Amino acid sequence: MTLSHAALSTADLLGLFAHFLMLSLLAIGGAITTAPDMNRYVVAEHHWITDAQFTASIAIAQAAPGPNVLFVAVLGWNVAGPLGALATMTGTLLPSTALTLYVSRWGARRRETRGMRAFTTGLTPLTIGLLVATGWLLARPYVADGSHAIGALAVVAVSIVGMLKTRLSPMWLVAIGAVAGVLGWV
Amino acid sequence: MSDDDAADTIDQAKAATPRPTSLADLFFTFNRLALQGFGGVLAVAQHEIVERKHWLGRAEFLETLALAQVLPGPNIVNLALMFGDRFFGVRGALAALGGLLLVPLFIVIGLTAAYAEYRRIPAVAGALRGMGAVAAGLIIATAIRLMPSLRTNRLGPWLAAGFAAITFVTVAWLRWPLVWVVAGLGSVAIAIAWVRLR
Repeated sequence: MTLSHAALSTADLLGLFAHFLMLSLLAIGGAITTAPDMNRYVVAEHHWITDAQFTASIAIAQAAPGPNVLFVAVLGWNVAGPLGALATMTGTLLPSTALTLYVSRWGARRRETRGMRAFTTGLTPLTIGLLVATGWLLARPYVADGSHAIGALAVVAVSIVGMLKTRLSPMWLVAIGAVAGVLGWV
Repeated sequence: MSDDDAADTIDQAKAATPRPTSLADLFFTFNRLALQGFGGVLAVAQHEIVERKHWLGRAEFLETLALAQVLPGPNIVNLALMFGDRFFGVRGALAALGGLLLVPLFIVIGLTAAYAEYRRIPAVAGALRGMGAVAAGLIIATAIRLMPSLRTNRLGPWLAAGFAAITFVTVAWLRWPLVWVVAGLGSVAIAIAWVRLR
């Protein structure tokens, strides 16, 4: 997250916008399930930001109030400043918004049809696989950094257990993670 | 919340049918619930819309949510759109969406800019690394919470688990573009589900 953002050409910005447009329609089960493909595009393919910057973008969005989908705007901002945020955010929202408005008038009556049920039944396992892939990709930069691998794994484990076994608000888990980080454990 | 409360809420909603009075009412209600939501807004949305405002009964809320979840895009965003649309058409949908996103967007971008400024301070960089590890854990926990649904999936538990595993391997390890995975693997899964649901 340098102060000067990667200088993206207009073509690059349009490419970013188009990629997020496409991902919007693949975001079954939430925008976060497409995070691995966002990572593939902005980190692995174009090298606009690093793996650690990618995870930091999602961490900032989770620590802030508001819908988690705002991580998309943070990613865009870190790639190319305000224009980048505009490209990723409108790309993410436009297609799904149009589709939702269309289907909410039409699909409410058809939710129980065989086609709709086959759609959800078939895609639920993919959603679960994508969520695990997202968690894996987010943890990777910390776990791969040998000096803090144990601490990072411990924080990941504590937040999984905290989420599943306690009624603690995620906000407290994020706070615990921040403290562990300040103490230099992660 | 007890079941009695839920029943009361539904009854009240039916009796009084309160509804958003204006586009501004929609905007500020969604703004208010968005700003209370740390690490996810859905639970807060349920509280504000069902328990506090009585704009929807609990069952109606769950029904709207189910449809919001099936559609692509963020669930809470879809929910806001469908809810706003129901009362004021497209303008209502946009008012709810704006309320949900606008102020939180400025806050998160402000935090991002602040982080860029102070990230050389070890404590700041460390805090964000810690929060990133938690973010990973929260998402994995969400996946674990959904895993029991594989057992009851009409594809059958083994096939469903297989699809989940192949998705993980192709996306996280092989780094295949998501569109291939969803178009290829997803179509096969939907086709099998279609056959088995008969």
